[in-house]
Amino acid sequence: MQLYDMPDVRGHFGQFGGTFVAETLVEALDELRLMYEKYRHDPVFLAEYAYDLKHFVGRPSPIYHAKRLSDKVGGAQIYLKREDLNHTGAHKINNTIGQALLAKRMGKPRVIAETGAGQHGVATATIAARMGLECVVYMGSEDIKRQAPNVFRMKLLGATVVPVESGSKTLKDALNEAMRDWVTNVHNTFYIIGTVAGPHPYPMMVRDFQAIIGIEAKQQMQEMVGRQPDAVIACVGGGSNAMGIFYPYIDVPNVRLIGVEAAGHGLETGMHAAPLTTNSPVGVLHGNRTYLMQDNDGNIIETHSVSAGLDYPGVGPEHAWLKDIKRAEYVAITDDDAMAAFHNLCRTEGIIPALESSHALAYAEKMAKTMRKDEIILVNLSGRGDKDINTVAKLANITL
Amino acid sequence: MSRIQTTFATLKQEGKTALVPYITAGDPHPNHTVNLMHTLVKFGADMIELGVPFSDPMADGPVIQRASERALKHKVGLTAVLQMVKDFRAVDQKTPIILMGYANPIEAIGAKAFADRAKAADVDGVITVDYPPEECADYVQELRSRDIDPIFLLSPTTEPSRVDLIVKQASGFVYYVSLKGVTGAANLDINEVSGRVADIRKKTNLPVGVGFGIRDAVTAKATAAIADAVVVGSRIVTTIESSTDENLLSNVAALMTELKTAVDAAKQ
Repeated sequence: MQLYDMPDVRGHFGQFGGTFVAETLVEALDELRLMYEKYRHDPVFLAEYAYDLKHFVGRPSPIYHAKRLSDKVGGAQIYLKREDLNHTGAHKINNTIGQALLAKRMGKPRVIAETGAGQHGVATATIAARMGLECVVYMGSEDIKRQAPNVFRMKLLGATVVPVESGSKTLKDALNEAMRDWVTNVHNTFYIIGTVAGPHPYPMMVRDFQAIIGIEAKQQMQEMVGRQPDAVIACVGGGSNAMGIFYPYIDVPNVRLIGVEAAGHGLETGMHAAPLTTNSPVGVLHGNRTYLMQDNDGNIIETHSVSAGLDYPGVGPEHAWLKDIKRAEYVAITDDDAMAAFHNLCRTEGIIPALESSHALAYAEKMAKTMRKDEIILVNLSGRGDKDINTVAKLANITL
Repeated sequence: MSRIQTTFATLKQEGKTALVPYITAGDPHPNHTVNLMHTLVKFGADMIELGVPFSDPMADGPVIQRASERALKHKVGLTAVLQMVKDFRAVDQKTPIILMGYANPIEAIGAKAFADRAKAADVDGVITVDYPPEECADYVQELRSRDIDPIFLLSPTTEPSRVDLIVKQASGFVYYVSLKGVTGAANLDINEVSGRVADIRKKTNLPVGVGFGIRDAVTAKATAAIADAVVVGSRIVTTIESSTDENLLSNVAALMTELKTAVDAAKQ
């Protein structure tokens, strides 16, 4: 029996979540909410979703015992949930398939998306090509510079990539611009949000489509080691890969759930993207109420992280809730520690992780050292690092 | 009666439609805002919609986004905007001031504290773009208990059953957004707007304002013929953006004169 039953009918997780949007979008969100209610338990819909996950994405993604890394760190055994092996290279595709199937059923020929690191943009462009939908992706011009390979992939897949020049020119501004597009083209357009943020029903719907990660992990851990891990660790920007692996574990006792935010140059410098770890004030942005990095006037402040996918001033409302009810813990890892963990995994295990996932790896290493050798940490390796090679080369002074 | 109600009652007796210009507070520079407000009134504004700058103005098009960015460069936030209203009131106690902005600056100080401070600054109405009525019952209560009008938007996509819900929460007037999209977007279809305004009037006795897409004398006049208030935003902000410190007030005065003539001609 599922003991945890969130959100409420209007999308609230306690004081968090909700539907804070301009009036023009209310009807579109009502329509989406009703359609999702209709299909979320529909056997034909779920069968189509499952088929694509298996045959198009390559699920289930394996769990891998990172034995050499565990030995090197010295302490708990580190296991990796290999979302990096998914088609398109990250967990993002799980969600875009689900939402694109809904878009088809709602008769919307055009999909739009926001993207930070480009992984959600690529996953949206991919499924749009696969289903014959027009695709427009909004991306901050700063992110376009640091994630050039993903921009090229989206273009190859037939998507239009629109550079966003407003505000800080990163993920939050891309989301603003996608919202503006949606308000204008709401009659023929489905907005595929990539994270567990946005107005209801997005945080719930994206979580549900990503929950396959945790559902598989529970079964795989049981088969592989005969028990569940002592801790599950995932990185948190908006928080979709973390919600995906956490959600099926919420009701499982004695499994610690740990979300890792980006500490950037260090929490004390202010140049980070860690609203939960730093106890930022609660506010309203992008359609929901959550913890938000902001100034005294309620304006959103600029964030910093070496990984574009974590560079977001807010966090999904369900994470805010899990923090408040103390079911999950939130910590932060600096750019430098994430880079070290990145190189460590490359050299010890032959796996190039995404910079986002490297934050989760870095915390797993820290924590493993304090644990016994028979204890187990499961890390959600949410994506692969091919997209990050230019950033890493620059930071590590490697000539390509 | 609140200032907004008094203004509409007087205009109704005169057979006129209200002209409501929008400017973003602090644009192009905080030193100009109060002077700009007095200029707007002198050249025909019946009420003023004063935008509160916000870092993430999701419902606004590029023109008003840029205005917000210019104001934020000078650190103009909600506290500074309320001070501007106080300064304006030192000279003008008659013209209603309606703040327009987003939820988060209000969340940052809290609904009750905001309502207290808005009252102290003598604000008459507040439009909060991303507070739909379902999410802000307490906030509406705080405003109404201080005789500040919570003004809600209705859009072309608002279902008739929601119109009932919204007009119950609203006071002062209701604001019909004349097109799907952000501020400053394409031209409005006056026939469609006319039908929707008529539908809204069947459900409420509140005055109906119309905004979004009104960009010149022609559209202002056509809208004035069917609405109780005509809101002009992006067109005025564009004029501010393209002016110098020297010709700012005269350019805005010229535009207001043109709009006022058009609005007054509509019901003659």
